[in-house]
Amino acid sequence: MLAGDRLSLARLLTRVENDSPEGRAALVELFPYTGKAHLIGVTGAPGTGKSSLVNQLALHYRRQADQRVAIVAVDPSSPFTGGAVLGDRVRMRDLSGDPQVFIRSMASRGSLGGLAQATAGMVQVFDAAGFDVILIETVGAGQSEVDIARLAHTTLVVEAPGLGDDIQAIKAGILEIADILVINKADRPGVENTERALKSTLELAHPAQRIFLHHGQVMEVKSGDLRSAQGDISTMWIPPIQKTVSTEGRGIPELVEAIARHAEHLRQSGDWVARERARLEVELEMLIQEALLARFREDVPAQKVQQVIEQMVKRDLSPWEAVKSLMNGRSK
Amino acid sequence: MSENKTSPEQSRRIRVLVAKPGLDGHDRGAKVVARALRDAGMEVIYTGLRQTPEMIAEAALQEDVDVVGLSILSGAHMALAPRILDLLKANGQSHVKVFLGGIIPDEDLPRLKEMGVTGVYGPGANTEDIINDIRGALAEKA
Repeated sequence: MLAGDRLSLARLLTRVENDSPEGRAALVELFPYTGKAHLIGVTGAPGTGKSSLVNQLALHYRRQADQRVAIVAVDPSSPFTGGAVLGDRVRMRDLSGDPQVFIRSMASRGSLGGLAQATAGMVQVFDAAGFDVILIETVGAGQSEVDIARLAHTTLVVEAPGLGDDIQAIKAGILEIADILVINKADRPGVENTERALKSTLELAHPAQRIFLHHGQVMEVKSGDLRSAQGDISTMWIPPIQKTVSTEGRGIPELVEAIARHAEHLRQSGDWVARERARLEVELEMLIQEALLARFREDVPAQKVQQVIEQMVKRDLSPWEAVKSLMNGRSK
Repeated sequence: MSENKTSPEQSRRIRVLVAKPGLDGHDRGAKVVARALRDAGMEVIYTGLRQTPEMIAEAALQEDVDVVGLSILSGAHMALAPRILDLLKANGQSHVKVFLGGIIPDEDLPRLKEMGVTGVYGPGANTEDIINDIRGALAEKA
């Protein structure tokens, strides 16, 4: 796989996605080779043009910088049948035929936390395989996107004009994870409104949070009272707003430049290492949880759990007491 | 959740590439099939219209699919199908089952089967049959 065999790479990705024993073993072996790629998350509401944007970004990285690009495109699974239609490739046909680009579609498979874990594993495989840039595309809809954003060094949140209400909905969660805001479809009417809305949200939200991530180069925020509160404003990263029209490739060079600036900022401020650390910490935590749960299930017979549930239904046992009794049962 | 994780369906979901090679622009059939397979719990990668055999084989490789479904209504199936089968083989994916849908004259069926096409479906085919045939073909392999 390290030698660049695409079939082995594809097979390994499947094993990692399925969390099979071979997949796990491979991840152990590959881990020393990881940590080199720039991981870029791309998220946003459906229909904002994420796939087209990823297509353009990948094209740009290929043409301008000759970097190897991997794309992980996540689409939702049906919660009822578990099936999925993964259609992101439709927008990425410009990339086919280039052996230095590898696109992998992935269904969310609807498991709690499992998606983030599977994605993390697949990203590690691409990283070890020597891809320079790894683009992770997800539908911005909730917690799993936030988890996946934690994987990435740089997270782009994609908006489009005319989705005003969506912006309102997204403000609370998704906007905070943005390192760069992209207004795609910027040839549509209403761009100014979208931009104004985003700008004002940023001005309100950012000084209060993530102080250490701000940067001084975009100085639109009135910084009078900020300076005193946060010390040196020049080391802060304030998410820039980039306008693009991905169907025509407009604004893409500027966006790529912003991504590069962010990477540079992360390296200089030491945030790259800090993020890497936080990322590994989260990953460790997830794996520990899973391992503990697996051990618990091994040790405690399902029958016993059923008994305890019965007691709870009868109100003989509160959930907290139930946990206590089951955990005690384990330690025997 | 833990039970789900260990069930065979979950540990190895059937992955299908649905592709339209050639120049005809009628993707209704492909979309109907894609949806039916999704509802049967499979993961369907849809690639869109006007794909070259090379693009299809490359996508099948990257996505590590078990099945490739081709929809051809242009009459070019005798040229496109063998080309795709050859490319799959050249890429080391001879295990991938190829299914064909569209307007395919009966007299072409024996030769298509001979080339290695697993199933052929025309207008009026039942999606249930397609689903069962895919499951059957993959179970045989395992």
